[in-house]
Amino acid sequence: MRNSTKLILLFILVIISVLLYGFYDIKGGFDYAFPRRMIRVAAMVITGVAISYATVVFQTITHNRILTPSVMGIGSMYEVVQTVIYFFAGSMSIWIVNKYLNFGAALVAMVIFALLLYRFLFRADKYPIYLLLLIGMIIGTLLGSLVTFLQVLIDPVEYLGLQSLLFASFTKVKAELLYIAFGILFISFIYGSFIMKKLDVMSLGRENAINLGINYDRMVMNILILSSILIATSTALVGSITFFGLIVANLSYQFFVTYKHSVLIIGASLFSILALVGGQFLVEHVLELRTTISVIINFVGGIYFIYLLLKESRDTA
Amino acid sequence: MIEIKGLTKQFGKKSVVDDVSVAIQPGTITSFIGPNGAGKSTLLSMVSRLLDADTGEVLLDKNNVKKWKSTEFAKRVSILRQANYINVRLTVRELVAFGRYPYSKGRLNAEDNRFVDQAMEYMNLTDMQNQFLDELSGGQKQRAFIAMVIAQDTDYILLDEPLNNLDMKHSVQIMKILRKLVNELGRTVVIVLHDINFASVYSDQIVALKNGKLVKNGPTNDIINSDALREIYDMDIPIQEQDGCRICVYFNSHTGS
Repeated sequence: MRNSTKLILLFILVIISVLLYGFYDIKGGFDYAFPRRMIRVAAMVITGVAISYATVVFQTITHNRILTPSVMGIGSMYEVVQTVIYFFAGSMSIWIVNKYLNFGAALVAMVIFALLLYRFLFRADKYPIYLLLLIGMIIGTLLGSLVTFLQVLIDPVEYLGLQSLLFASFTKVKAELLYIAFGILFISFIYGSFIMKKLDVMSLGRENAINLGINYDRMVMNILILSSILIATSTALVGSITFFGLIVANLSYQFFVTYKHSVLIIGASLFSILALVGGQFLVEHVLELRTTISVIINFVGGIYFIYLLLKESRDTA
Repeated sequence: MIEIKGLTKQFGKKSVVDDVSVAIQPGTITSFIGPNGAGKSTLLSMVSRLLDADTGEVLLDKNNVKKWKSTEFAKRVSILRQANYINVRLTVRELVAFGRYPYSKGRLNAEDNRFVDQAMEYMNLTDMQNQFLDELSGGQKQRAFIAMVIAQDTDYILLDEPLNNLDMKHSVQIMKILRKLVNELGRTVVIVLHDINFASVYSDQIVALKNGKLVKNGPTNDIINSDALREIYDMDIPIQEQDGCRICVYFNSHTGS
């Protein structure tokens, strides 16, 4: 089967799942339920595409298929920033009240964090992937503990506000952020259309890419910033889903055996929309909201992650 | 013309390349030789802008390599390093086609495809052009990478130990092809070689390094003699002539320690 055929098939599946999710078992007023469901679909599409895009490009510049921005703790930075703002400035501060300012602050912190991570961990190519993974986990735990520590000290009433900010999910999407998120995604894709071919060359490794005239180090910087912005966007919208990028990116690598990033990114995006919309359908109609989709994704993703690790160690042994 | 002027590179406190100045003669094969850790690969990396020098400069046509636009430089000078692990699945043809990137930016036209075909023809890869790289032997893979560099169509081709992991037959094949590139197409090849005899038989110029310093630089015949080799390798190496080639018979030499 050709890759274009596979993409079309996936796209059809995505359309079906969206229609199913939109129209299935609408009780009460259609005018009430349908627009609400469509807002959720919009959030799922934006999140899915942002995470897929961020993960594939991140894995290209770090030359691995196991580490993702979320696994390295870039998503957790969002919680750290929000908690720190609450702790030091309080819920009435302009940094919380103004959604754009709030989002901007988180964005800047996450980009800086990503650049530091790259500078110290990935740049020299000197650490094996397991060490990086371990460091990622430790950073994640450290940030998590920091957040918990600050939260314990915060005034309980303030804490409730913070909690609603952090525990976003698809069922309570922050609709006011949808427009910014869409705008960011749109700009990212315009930028992406200029760099797709460069990304293809970069997957040959630093030295071959420089040989072929890619300004490698600057490209890596740009792509890291791009990928942190995308992760920031999706985290702000629906919270952090650690293993999601890992699953969809690897599904895409396996399903479309190609070096072409245009195909890989679109493929991973379609997979993620399918997984999110399909998963949310299951959560709402089969599991009747007894759990959230993040839990399911992290469960399935965690198993897949272990599988990939075992496979990797077999391949390199 | 490529000129290397006073190039120095330190890793920590150790000077890996120490004040090296060499001019590469166009239309020749120049071999970098020397013992392990002499700084050959580091020097080549700096010439090809993979690595920044601490002091000194590399000039291509009188202009500093760092001042060249990346794409324009990639049309003049190509570099192939030893380790080429790629974690994407590519066919031979797809890899070779990447060599056209500086010209095509990923959209191949008829002329690009002609170059790709020619490069594969040159490296005897036409029959296996649709095979995946991970299905090939080490030698075939190495040939595919060299084909990519040939498709890049540059005046200067820099190769870092291209004979690594190759058997005798494939080593000779590759050296003959490099010779052909120089004699027929007027390319300039700069190559890091471990095997002194390949350097002796196939190169026009030899640059010998030791502990990061330039010790010898000149036409092959001036370097391949027992006196010069003793200075480079600290070994007494007898030399025998065979069909007009000087062969170093070092296998049973006294190593001094």
